[in-house]
Amino acid sequence: MNAHLKMDKPDNRNRLDNMAQGLIHTGMDRPEGPLKVTGTATYAHEDHQPGMLHGVLVRATIARGTLDSIDAAAIEKLPGIRKVMHGDKFLRNPAQGTANEAPVQGSSEIYYLGQPVALVVAETFEQARHGAQSLELQVTAKSAVTSPDSDDAKVETPDDQQSSMGDLDAAMKDAAYTVEETYTTPGHTSAPMEPHAAIAWWEDDKLILRSTSQMVKYNVNEVADSVGISADDVHLMSPYVGGGFGSKLGISPDAVAAALAARELGAPVSVAMSRQQVFESTMRRSETVQHFRLAADKDGKLTGIGHRARVSQLPDESFSEPVTQATPFLYRGENREIGMEIVRINSTCAGSVRAPGEAVGITALEIAMDELAVKTGIDPVELRKRNIPEKDPSDGRDFSSHTLAAALDDGAETFGWKDRTSGQTDGEWLIGYGMSSAVRVNMIGESHARVTLNPDGTVLIETDMTDIGTGTYAILTQIAGEMLGVSQDRIETRLGDSNLPKSAGSGGSWGASSAGSSVFLACEKLRQEIAKKLGCDEADLTLRDGTATAANKQTPLSDLVGGSPMESTGVIEPGKTMKEVRQATFGAFFCEVGVNRVTGETRLRRMHGSFAAGRILNAKTARSQCLGGMTFGIGMALTEELIHDARDGHIVNRDLGEYHIPVNADVPQLTVNFLEERDPYANPMQSKGIGELGICGAAACILNAIHDATGVRVRDLPATMDKVLPGLPDL
Amino acid sequence: MKPFDYIRAEDTGHATSAAGQGATIIAGGTNLLDLMKLEVLQPDALIDINRLDLKQITEADGGLRIGALVTNSDLAADMRVRTDYPVLSEALLAGASGQLRNKATTAGNLLQRTRCYYFYDTAMPCNKREPGTGCQAMEGATRLHAILGGSDQCIATHPSDMAVAMRALAAVVEIEAANGETRHVPLSDFYLLPGDTPHIENVLRKGDLITAVILPAAPKGAQTYRKVRDRASYAFAMVSVAARIEMDGDTVKDAALAFGGIAPQPWRDADAENALIGKPATKETFNAVADILLKNADPKKDNAFKVPLARRTLIATLNELCGKDVA
Ligand SMILES: Cc1cc2nc3c(=O)[nH]c(=O)nc-3n(C[C@H](O)[C@H](O)[C@H](O)COP(=O)(O)OP(=O)(O)OC[C@H]3O[C@@H](n4cnc5c(N)ncnc54)[C@H](O)[C@@H]3O)c2cc1C
Ligand code: SF4
Repeated sequence: MNAHLKMDKPDNRNRLDNMAQGLIHTGMDRPEGPLKVTGTATYAHEDHQPGMLHGVLVRATIARGTLDSIDAAAIEKLPGIRKVMHGDKFLRNPAQGTANEAPVQGSSEIYYLGQPVALVVAETFEQARHGAQSLELQVTAKSAVTSPDSDDAKVETPDDQQSSMGDLDAAMKDAAYTVEETYTTPGHTSAPMEPHAAIAWWEDDKLILRSTSQMVKYNVNEVADSVGISADDVHLMSPYVGGGFGSKLGISPDAVAAALAARELGAPVSVAMSRQQVFESTMRRSETVQHFRLAADKDGKLTGIGHRARVSQLPDESFSEPVTQATPFLYRGENREIGMEIVRINSTCAGSVRAPGEAVGITALEIAMDELAVKTGIDPVELRKRNIPEKDPSDGRDFSSHTLAAALDDGAETFGWKDRTSGQTDGEWLIGYGMSSAVRVNMIGESHARVTLNPDGTVLIETDMTDIGTGTYAILTQIAGEMLGVSQDRIETRLGDSNLPKSAGSGGSWGASSAGSSVFLACEKLRQEIAKKLGCDEADLTLRDGTATAANKQTPLSDLVGGSPMESTGVIEPGKTMKEVRQATFGAFFCEVGVNRVTGETRLRRMHGSFAAGRILNAKTARSQCLGGMTFGIGMALTEELIHDARDGHIVNRDLGEYHIPVNADVPQLTVNFLEERDPYANPMQSKGIGELGICGAAACILNAIHDATGVRVRDLPATMDKVLPGLPDL
Repeated sequence: MKPFDYIRAEDTGHATSAAGQGATIIAGGTNLLDLMKLEVLQPDALIDINRLDLKQITEADGGLRIGALVTNSDLAADMRVRTDYPVLSEALLAGASGQLRNKATTAGNLLQRTRCYYFYDTAMPCNKREPGTGCQAMEGATRLHAILGGSDQCIATHPSDMAVAMRALAAVVEIEAANGETRHVPLSDFYLLPGDTPHIENVLRKGDLITAVILPAAPKGAQTYRKVRDRASYAFAMVSVAARIEMDGDTVKDAALAFGGIAPQPWRDADAENALIGKPATKETFNAVADILLKNADPKKDNAFKVPLARRTLIATLNELCGKDVA
């Protein structure tokens, strides 16, 4: 029994609004929450197997060169050491998101300092770690490009990432007001709480892998391709993931090393990265250099936008930070020049980190817009509203829905934007206010899920979709509960297992809408079957608390199922609605900061975000996503920065002591509003992605507030005290 | 982590003799274990002193005797400390996190190692970790590094907050040696500048056990600790000032100023203090004090901001303690 929907046309039925269970949208607690808070949810590295050995990866200590040999014999003499391995199957870096094949492999060519080039396997973790730390590598250095600013860095300008319309130079010349500035953002790391880790063992020719993965369907193919086996021979399990933020989209070096070692040694092998390895051997967000040109007429209406961005990446990687992704459609302006440059360097692989593209691109644009607001003297909220385009200015497409104006109004109202007074102080603290827009592209990916209605009226949901701490267990439970009229305690959701129907996975904010739609479709099919049994129209069927009501007759669901379970697989596939209209989520941020007039330290005092992301499936987990996004924004604005040593490209601050994500004391009261929205083009639930929206532009809000407080315009993130200090008055 | 032997000390004599034979003393372990996991330190043996009777804070000679094993949390919470030595309590609470302070001990805190990124990375040359290999920080990332007191061999800072306050309070370190003798070393003489031997950070000799830190009688005047850092909590000081000022009308009668985050040890400059003592509490005086403090500052590109930052933080702290309006 299958239900397959290709999103070729809008679905205006808003079916979830007509269901009776009342579970959808509520802030239902996560069903797996108690397991997590009691420490009984087993994360990848906790699923210890009998006879398990421990592997620790060894890093390359030069930026570029060859690994000529390793002194394995010396290490194999140490107590407990079972094997020292390297070779052409080791991953240079993780696969990029949705790569679906092995990334660059081989430990003999070294491309960056930190590349995992060997694995030491021992009976205990401590023995393996000591072996790894003691292993001598014989290397030959080659010349390396270790900084994006280096003179010998090759710059690529991919054709498909350059576009232009009209005549921006002329628009700049004719404009009443212009802004032309360069903004820079540093590298960022995902910093998930759970480090990358895997446990692998083989059953005959089949690889069993416990890993910490965001996208099981792709990861299976990536690991199979890396190890050189058929994907059918991989069983990957990732039921709990302690955060990913993009760094676990693709299979990572630990998993492949564990699989190779387990095969070689005929025993289960675990490999966990240290915090330092997570920093240097998984993914970083590239630093960006962004040149903006804004041309506006006397009313502040944009006539032109230029956005040229430069990012860095390892050789032979197709991904580059899509900095300019949302610039083409956020604001109006007929004259445009948008371009990307990619510099190849020998430094940790660049990949998806927390909303690739908009997180940094919109942040820079929103600082530029604030500069324009100051120049024109127009209120920054009003300036943005004047520049909301009717259609996507880059190609004339309609928007599937447009909620920026509503978010700006709601945010301004909730925050009390109109009542702010500039120039206030609180002791040593200079108070300032700032705002910015939020935008993130919206999409879905093909996703399958099976829903089984059991004879006892309980429900089983199965898909290889992951829950990376975001609330997937909760929302899928809610969708099925709502559609089938079953309370949450009678629903079991199984996730993160490659034996289950293949989902889009978690990433790019598409997980909830994709996996959720497949569950929705499976349930809709089940409803049709139930209706058939009752001889009524599906639309006239009410399912609630395990009872079916049709034509004033109530029948227990379990009676309708009969002796054997009813089962349905739902499949959602992206279709024409993803191309024919422009789909995006929107929002607005408002904040108040204090900047210390003595030291230049900035402390956020309060922050508000108003967001629209279609139907909100779970009010609590959606809010948590936005709080998390805004917290990332605080980090981006004030503290987070990968420091690279320009001499060898390596990440210098490789731990959470020196890479400063915001701590509790940095995060004051944050508030979140959701706007009521149904986007029929998005999917049959009319929901949109919420995972990343909260970071896209958030940092600009804080930087704009710093400017309001001090007159200091920080264009080089983060706004650490050293950048604010020179603009403060003498004492 | 290199395999090591573990010995639990029965008494201080046992600890000093084991240490004399090369064992490394472990107290809270919050710094030592991190460094051992990274193999920055590779002791063959640990002597665990946690069961020794060094956990008391007692009154002595009008001051306080703080046992080496008193935790940072307990010391910060002690009523006598909060009343008579508030600068110390404030400094402790400005450091690390609640969890770490519950484990961290008084002696361990004094002896914590620098947070220099290159010291922590065994693939990098570092004169402090491996004498003679070079200093990778010198031309590298130096945000955490010293602007005063460094040498061409090492520019690492001492990261402690507690020690800065103790320096301002003229604390004395009580040390028991392997031969059983006890000696007292003022904190001012305890730390050594890097010079050509950045791996030797203090006057302790093999086998020495810190048994206590002694604070002299409560000083007169107002005290404060001000820490400037990259996030609101859980970050090491970019600049910190521990200050004590006793006023006589508008004139500064007595003063002690110690600084963190800018030097290889908690920094005190007698000339700078002398430029304050006996002088009117004015902007001119404060600027002159800052001029003297910073006249030998030798920053790198990344930490050049610490020069104006130290000046401003000092002036604001003096304004506060002298009852001036900061604005
Ligand atoms: C993430 C993080 C953040 C931190 N932030 C701060 C901060 O902001 N400010 C700050 O000041 N500190 C900070 N710290 C450092 C913390 O204060 C120290 O780690 C702690 O004080 C060390 O005390 P301990 O008892 O754990 O020492 P241990 O780690 O046990 O020992 C440290 C050293 O002292 C020696 N030692 C210990 N006791 C004795 C003794 N009685 N006699 C002789 N030698 C002895 C040991 O051999 C070792 O060399 C931070 C630490 C971490 C991990
Ligand atoms: S500053 Fe000191 S600790 Fe840092 S690398 Fe140089 S020698 Fe080592």
